[in-house]
Amino acid sequence: MKPSILILHAAGTNRDAEAARACELAGGAPDIVHINQLRQGEQRFQDYQMLLLPGGFSYGDALGAGARMALDMQVYFHDQLHSFVASGKLVLGICNGFQVLVKAGLLPGEISAEHATRNTQHATRTVTLTENASGHFECRWVHLAVNRQARAGFLAAIDELIFCPIAHGEGNLQVQDAATLAALETNELVAFRYVDANGQPVGGRYPFNPNGSVADIAGLCNAQGNVVGLMPHPEDHLLPIQNPLGGAGQLGSQLFTAMIGTLT
Amino acid sequence: MTIRIEVRAKTQTTNQTVLQNAPMLGIHTLTDCQTIRLYFLAAHLETAQIEQLCALLLADPVTEVATWSTPSQAGGGSEPAVIEVAFRPGVTDVPARELARGMVEIGLPACEVATAKRYEVQGNLSEADLRKLARGLLCNETVEHYSLGPIHPQFGQAAAASDRVETIPLSGLADDALAQVSRRRLLSLDRAEMRTIQEFYDELRRDPTDVELETLAQTWSEHCVHKTFRAQIDFTWQDAAGNVKQQTQVDGLLKQYIRAATEAINPSWLRSAFVDNAGIIAFDEQFDLAFKVETHNHPSALEPFGGANTGVGGVVRDIIGVSARPIATTDVLCFGPQDYPYEQLPNGILHPQRIADGVIAGIGDYGNKLGLPTVNGAIVYDEGYLGNPLVFCGCVGLLPHGRHPTAPQVGDLVVALGGRTGRDGIHGATFSSAELTHDTSETAGSAVQIGDPITEKGLIELIEAARDEALYTAITDCGAGGFSSAVGEMAKELGATIELTNVKLKYPGLTPWEIWLSEAQERLVIAVPPANLPRLQALADLWDVEVSVLGSFTGDQQLRVHYNSTLVADLPMTFLHDGLPRRRLQAVWRDGDEDKKTGRQEDESRITNHELRITASANDLLLTLLAHPSVASKEQVIRRYDHEVRGGTLVRPLTGPQMDGPSDAAVLKPLGTWQHNKAFALSVAINPLLGKRDPYAMAVSAVDEAFRNLVAVGADPDQVAILDNFCWGNPTLPDRLGALVRTCQGCYDAALAYRAPFISGKDSLYNEFNGKPIPGTLLISAIGIVPNMERCVTSHLKAPGNRLYLLGETKAELGGSLLYDHLKINGGAAPVMPANPLHRYRLLHRAVQQGLIRSCHDLSEGGLAVALAEMCLAGRLGATVEIGRLGDREIGLTPEELLFSESNGRLLLEVQPEDAAALEAQLSSVTLIPLGLVTSEPVLQITAEAQSLVNLAIEQLVNSWKQQR
Repeated sequence: MKPSILILHAAGTNRDAEAARACELAGGAPDIVHINQLRQGEQRFQDYQMLLLPGGFSYGDALGAGARMALDMQVYFHDQLHSFVASGKLVLGICNGFQVLVKAGLLPGEISAEHATRNTQHATRTVTLTENASGHFECRWVHLAVNRQARAGFLAAIDELIFCPIAHGEGNLQVQDAATLAALETNELVAFRYVDANGQPVGGRYPFNPNGSVADIAGLCNAQGNVVGLMPHPEDHLLPIQNPLGGAGQLGSQLFTAMIGTLT
Repeated sequence: MTIRIEVRAKTQTTNQTVLQNAPMLGIHTLTDCQTIRLYFLAAHLETAQIEQLCALLLADPVTEVATWSTPSQAGGGSEPAVIEVAFRPGVTDVPARELARGMVEIGLPACEVATAKRYEVQGNLSEADLRKLARGLLCNETVEHYSLGPIHPQFGQAAAASDRVETIPLSGLADDALAQVSRRRLLSLDRAEMRTIQEFYDELRRDPTDVELETLAQTWSEHCVHKTFRAQIDFTWQDAAGNVKQQTQVDGLLKQYIRAATEAINPSWLRSAFVDNAGIIAFDEQFDLAFKVETHNHPSALEPFGGANTGVGGVVRDIIGVSARPIATTDVLCFGPQDYPYEQLPNGILHPQRIADGVIAGIGDYGNKLGLPTVNGAIVYDEGYLGNPLVFCGCVGLLPHGRHPTAPQVGDLVVALGGRTGRDGIHGATFSSAELTHDTSETAGSAVQIGDPITEKGLIELIEAARDEALYTAITDCGAGGFSSAVGEMAKELGATIELTNVKLKYPGLTPWEIWLSEAQERLVIAVPPANLPRLQALADLWDVEVSVLGSFTGDQQLRVHYNSTLVADLPMTFLHDGLPRRRLQAVWRDGDEDKKTGRQEDESRITNHELRITASANDLLLTLLAHPSVASKEQVIRRYDHEVRGGTLVRPLTGPQMDGPSDAAVLKPLGTWQHNKAFALSVAINPLLGKRDPYAMAVSAVDEAFRNLVAVGADPDQVAILDNFCWGNPTLPDRLGALVRTCQGCYDAALAYRAPFISGKDSLYNEFNGKPIPGTLLISAIGIVPNMERCVTSHLKAPGNRLYLLGETKAELGGSLLYDHLKINGGAAPVMPANPLHRYRLLHRAVQQGLIRSCHDLSEGGLAVALAEMCLAGRLGATVEIGRLGDREIGLTPEELLFSESNGRLLLEVQPEDAAALEAQLSSVTLIPLGLVTSEPVLQITAEAQSLVNLAIEQLVNSWKQQR
């Protein structure tokens, strides 16, 4: 049977259909589920093997990107979601979905024993996604290097760059302090980095790093290795015909194949 | 108690936009500006609760810090270096709404919420400077108010329900008094129309209620009924000397030219034209495509962000209104010069740069949030748009064939969906038919709104689901004229009865006519059989859409509107829809009207005179034209829009190895249709410069340009449909109308020649500021079917050694050209329709289908030189071309005609050497001229008869085009 994937749709979600297509092409069985269906108990997280939070502008991002939906995750769905993650099931957040995971404290989550995130009501977040350095929304294609040593072990199956578009206004990943960054790096929680077309580090250079993210970080995973999030949109590069430079490789579908592959 | 929460960045972040723009206002002493978000809560909260709220929702713990106080603690009201800006009551404030909902979710008490912004500025600034800064940059007083120091939050309007209905005495009034009633109530009805209404009520032996009079004014507004395009016109065409060339009666511009063309062509793939909210063509066996382009000019002049924002919202609802799923948007913008001196700006208008910034942000905000790729457009800069910018918003939708119901039944319910109704947007329909003046922003401020894309997104999802379950029998969007227009249209054949107290309001206090006429955004009206209502409600609950049942369709052909069961309007549908007297207008067009003195000599002296006129080298001219704001790169704008969402953008607005060269058109593959290779293409054409010279030529050229842009990317020339948008001045003045008639004649001739039917269109008239019209502007938008998405062609050069060809004839046609505009030369021959255009495009398409064409680019403003330069800079490759053999050998063309003439029907083609013979054979029956080669050396070299005209490094082209100097 194909792995079941819950694609969560809240008011303002808009890349759900593309995400569903990416999952299908990678051998998954996606269901687009409205957050109200979960609220009313018509659908349950636990009935799925994987959760995907797609891109969009949940609730209009009116109180900061992903912040309002992160509240849903922390209030309504706190217990369900935490047990979903604790059970080792996969979670992928793309763009707005990544913003939600970060702002709900699920990414990077507990960075390490020494640098534990306090699990209190006012958990102190040490990582955020904030306004692009340019100060505005931007859409452009970027190259991503996958960290094959990342705690999310399935990423090791991806053996080339991923080339796909970003489309966001608040994708600038920032950390509380140098210690947080060091902890992310030494604990291998950095999943994706912006690089140039040859896969070389770009040292923050625009437009390769399109938003000013610290250490060119484009995506993170948690220490458990089952929650991954990134700002760019791998679901928009599934076939070579979508590639603006005309190449055949560097497909975004690699990420979906790698993740869904572990479920079959 | 009111709690005031301030959220500021932990590390000081200067608002660069404000700092950069202050000098434009004449403020040179501003040294810093910090932006702080403000939230006001009308609630009693414990400190711990406020802390929790800030931590969970308001302040990012990594980057921001929140502080709070009650207003009595907040300074003393005399902080000179602070400007605080808040929305006026009733303006859409999505953050406030989401905060209020979030508070309830956390378990805090429900309360009223307002938001504001605080600007802390530094530098040697007087109070006058601060006010200038506030008015010029930070606050738009149409929708906001400001304070120097702490602002007092204004929560939603607290007012009692109002059932006040006025009777408007018309009986016995003379023409002047009638005109005064029309003016005072912003009805935009002329004397004859007021007289007709007076006579109608005299027969009924009563006077109209305000609800009735407003309903009539809205239904009869130019915006809703297109009085000018339906009017009888006495048209006189004179030559430049004033001799009459033609005198004719036009039986309605729409009927005689636009619809007539469509009816004459009537291709098998045309599904619907002019009858619905959008035009519809066939896409594949399962789906159709709907396309509509709207304007939102006057609102954008007053409140650029909100005007453009709701412009996108409106056209997207037009697409939802034909039961389609919106899948892409387009935008075409016309602004005044961005460097216009602030001191010279007429009173009452915003600076063109502020308008442009706001409009671009407003379009991005709405389209991006709806998840629609904005894939195609144009930006034109001309002083003529200073007081009256143009904002064209287009939207394409996909709908299953045959699933758009259009017949409500007696007994069906009139159901409103979506956003709540407020006092926003009152009089939008009639306001759009009024000329702008310096005090418009004060009298018509209520006509402008700010959109709420997330509510509209819910409508998209709900209607798609409701359509698939066939829950409704008719649908229309609530645009100009609000419920009055939507219900009036939908119940035209049947009649309806409405109860206004069933309308869900944003806040109490609206009078019945305000509820009926409000143009609050994000609303739709559908007709629902009563049995389907529970299922509709269930779907609406899922998608968080509010539903209200306003009434039902009756079958008595009467419009009856009630407030609290009292009848407040009682109008026969026949009078409402057929009572409007037809206008009879005078139109005069005089050839060469704008350059009577130079017009005729121009052609005679064409060859001998050019050396005197053109002193600059071709190199300099080319670089100057590339840097012309209307030609130069629009990358800074394009990247503010998501053009990738839905994963189907195959030819993007930008192309080439650096993904920064200009494309001719966009190609899109709709999600859900990947099982076959068909796609569709979108293009636009707009050239007001040419319109100033010759409006007929503008129309013909726009159709040709939109058409050839589509063919350039791989669309089939036999499956192209076009849309017209006319933006014009006051059509009751014969000269303005004369130019409009000539434009329509051009539209008709071109549509027939290209076999491209008009499927939808819109006119926006009275675009004048203080009596000065905009340049008459025609936008042609085109949609075409791409039979094989694997055969799309882009415009950047691909490989050294490939051959370059020019398809089409080059003539001495610099009249209305970009070059002449730059050199301030009047006159000259305007481009005409090329000979047998469809034939050449069919042949080119066949070559594209055979994979012979490596790249293809259309020639438009700036002619051959600009087009070649664009192909080179996009591909970062050079080219060596010889153009001496172009054009008519007998006349001989001057170098600048060879380089910059804007003759229609021309495209540049790049072909691999091994395909050259096949291409030449394929296109042997049309003009195809070999020009030269693509080179790896990054230099563009153009010679004419071996004489060097252009010799420029690609880097120079890139720098000019990107305006990086």
